[in-house]
Amino acid sequence: MNDDDTPPAVEPTAPPGERSESSDAEGPRAYPHPEEPSKRDEPPSGARQSNRVLVTSPRTRAATRPRHPGTREIDEQTGLGEVYMRSLIRSQLRLALSVCVAVTGVIGGLPALFLLAPGLGDLRLLGVPLPWLLLAVLIYPLFVVCAWWYVRQAERVEQDFAELVDHR
Amino acid sequence: MSLAAVVLVVVATVSIGTFGLRLSRTTSDFYVASRTVSPLWNASAIGGEYLSAASFLGIAGLILAYGADMLWLPVGWTGGYLVLLVLVSAPLRRSGAYTLPDFAEARLESMRVRRAASVLVVLIGWFYLMPQFQSAGLVLRTLTGAPVWAGGLLVAVVVVVNVLSGGMRSITFVQAFQYWLKLTALAVPVIFLLLAWRGDGMPGITDQQWLVPLAGTREHPVYATYSVILATFLGTMGLPHVLVRFYTNPDGRAARRTTLVVLGLLGAFYLLPALYGALGRIYAPDLLVSGHGDAVVLTLPERVVGGALGDLLGALVTGGAFAAFLSTSSGLTVSVAGVIAQDILHGGVRSFRVATVLAVAMPLMLATMARALPVADVVGLAFAVAASTFCPLLVLGIWWRRLTDAGALAGLLVSGGLACTAVMWTIVSGPLRGWPGVLLAQPAAWTVPIAFGVMVVVSLLTPGRVPAGVARTMVRLHAPETLDVDRGDWHPRGGA
Repeated sequence: MNDDDTPPAVEPTAPPGERSESSDAEGPRAYPHPEEPSKRDEPPSGARQSNRVLVTSPRTRAATRPRHPGTREIDEQTGLGEVYMRSLIRSQLRLALSVCVAVTGVIGGLPALFLLAPGLGDLRLLGVPLPWLLLAVLIYPLFVVCAWWYVRQAERVEQDFAELVDHR
Repeated sequence: MSLAAVVLVVVATVSIGTFGLRLSRTTSDFYVASRTVSPLWNASAIGGEYLSAASFLGIAGLILAYGADMLWLPVGWTGGYLVLLVLVSAPLRRSGAYTLPDFAEARLESMRVRRAASVLVVLIGWFYLMPQFQSAGLVLRTLTGAPVWAGGLLVAVVVVVNVLSGGMRSITFVQAFQYWLKLTALAVPVIFLLLAWRGDGMPGITDQQWLVPLAGTREHPVYATYSVILATFLGTMGLPHVLVRFYTNPDGRAARRTTLVVLGLLGAFYLLPALYGALGRIYAPDLLVSGHGDAVVLTLPERVVGGALGDLLGALVTGGAFAAFLSTSSGLTVSVAGVIAQDILHGGVRSFRVATVLAVAMPLMLATMARALPVADVVGLAFAVAASTFCPLLVLGIWWRRLTDAGALAGLLVSGGLACTAVMWTIVSGPLRGWPGVLLAQPAAWTVPIAFGVMVVVSLLTPGRVPAGVARTMVRLHAPETLDVDRGDWHPRGGA
């Protein structure tokens, strides 16, 4: 989308590397025609000068092609782009599931606890039976704390991902 | 006095609604308030819309009747937002869908799944609206002696007028106002109730069966408890009126933060119904004998505080109850009407108007025909249907690439069909005794696993039907908005 205002050719690029190469190698798997006439597949440096066309052999082009930001890998659905997306989804899912497991433990455990130890129902704290104190009062702040923690972590995951992918 | 409060709430709701009229013009304004709503307003609006008659009146009534086991209902209705927060909030907002059918279409690229989802939205909406109208009827009857259908009709008419005049924009402000009204209407009287209770020498409750979980008079309490937990924790994300609210957040990050605020607001509110239930056990056990448990919140102020102050507080809770009927019904009506207008009629503002009337008329009829069950029980059934249909659709759709349209459709049909049958059975012909009765009255514990199982198995059997654009859709659902990536060109229908 913003290929026009950030020509990849002049970008200071990230670590030299195997990345871009491997992605180019894997590219065709997900996207059979990397040269299809979409805007972002134009030769990087000649994007604006419509009449001039850079003619090179495919090998040379692959070798000299500047390493572009991960957003482009994602847009072109290259192997690397897929790896980026999968890692983001996996870390978000892991975070979500850890909250779910904790909630399941507490919420699923309480009825079992009341069933196995009926004596708990007779315990009183400040005159309030323990189950009532737990279910009618304490559980709500617990939810809020869980949610607050999750929101912080999820935003951090996203920020890390943005930095990884959008290195400019 | 209480009648005056009802009139006041109705007038206030309608006038705030009409105030927003000039601000809503285009179709997308009508549906989603142009996405210009700030997070606190939005969270209040979600809370206002969510806290229905079941929360305001029903929970206290059930706690009065059955004791500690019923504390799980408000816990689940709050905890549902935690599950929603971690599993669906941000991706759902990022999907750009206004409605659940939109999401189904965007993710699975299938009109058939979209249509199945539309039908389910309408059914869940109707199951949810029906008890709101029934409770309105009961409240108005206790106030004026009017026939039971009159209260439901009053609420229905106000909702239709309000939705038609202002659309979503005004509804957002109305809903936010309703949350604070409802909180005040329960919190202020409870202070006076507790003072009066202290003046009485703080009488306690000695009924152990009522105080201790799993010891109550309901059959098979362990199964019922777990089934309620499953239905409420997983059902919240599948309610038709919840998703639309998420669209009014500017991005996925704001959707998460809004949900966090919602959890705080709901937690604060749900501290109150248990107090009413317990005080009712002390001061109004006779309501159980007459079968009017749902009226305990309305009855207590007059009975315990008494005098002019008692009347005033009684008027306050009655006003709050009507706020609850109006807010939830409005939100549901907007959602159900939106789906009917887009997927059954041909879209646009005029269809939306016709659909609004349709959305309200059907549950109003149901309300006059069905048996009078405790309101929180019937709302719980709507949650069970949502948990066994849209929860697996959303969770698998967001996190599992291999979900196919055939898998989703099979899951929606099988488990939605089973859950709806159980609900209709319970509403129309009444609970059976023993296991069959419990299984039908609390279906979530078996229908939710069936739903997940069918969706996963059928998807694995039809690997060729994985949607072509799933990779792009995953980018759309999960990539933060700060990144400039191609999110595909899908747009919800009916949007600008």
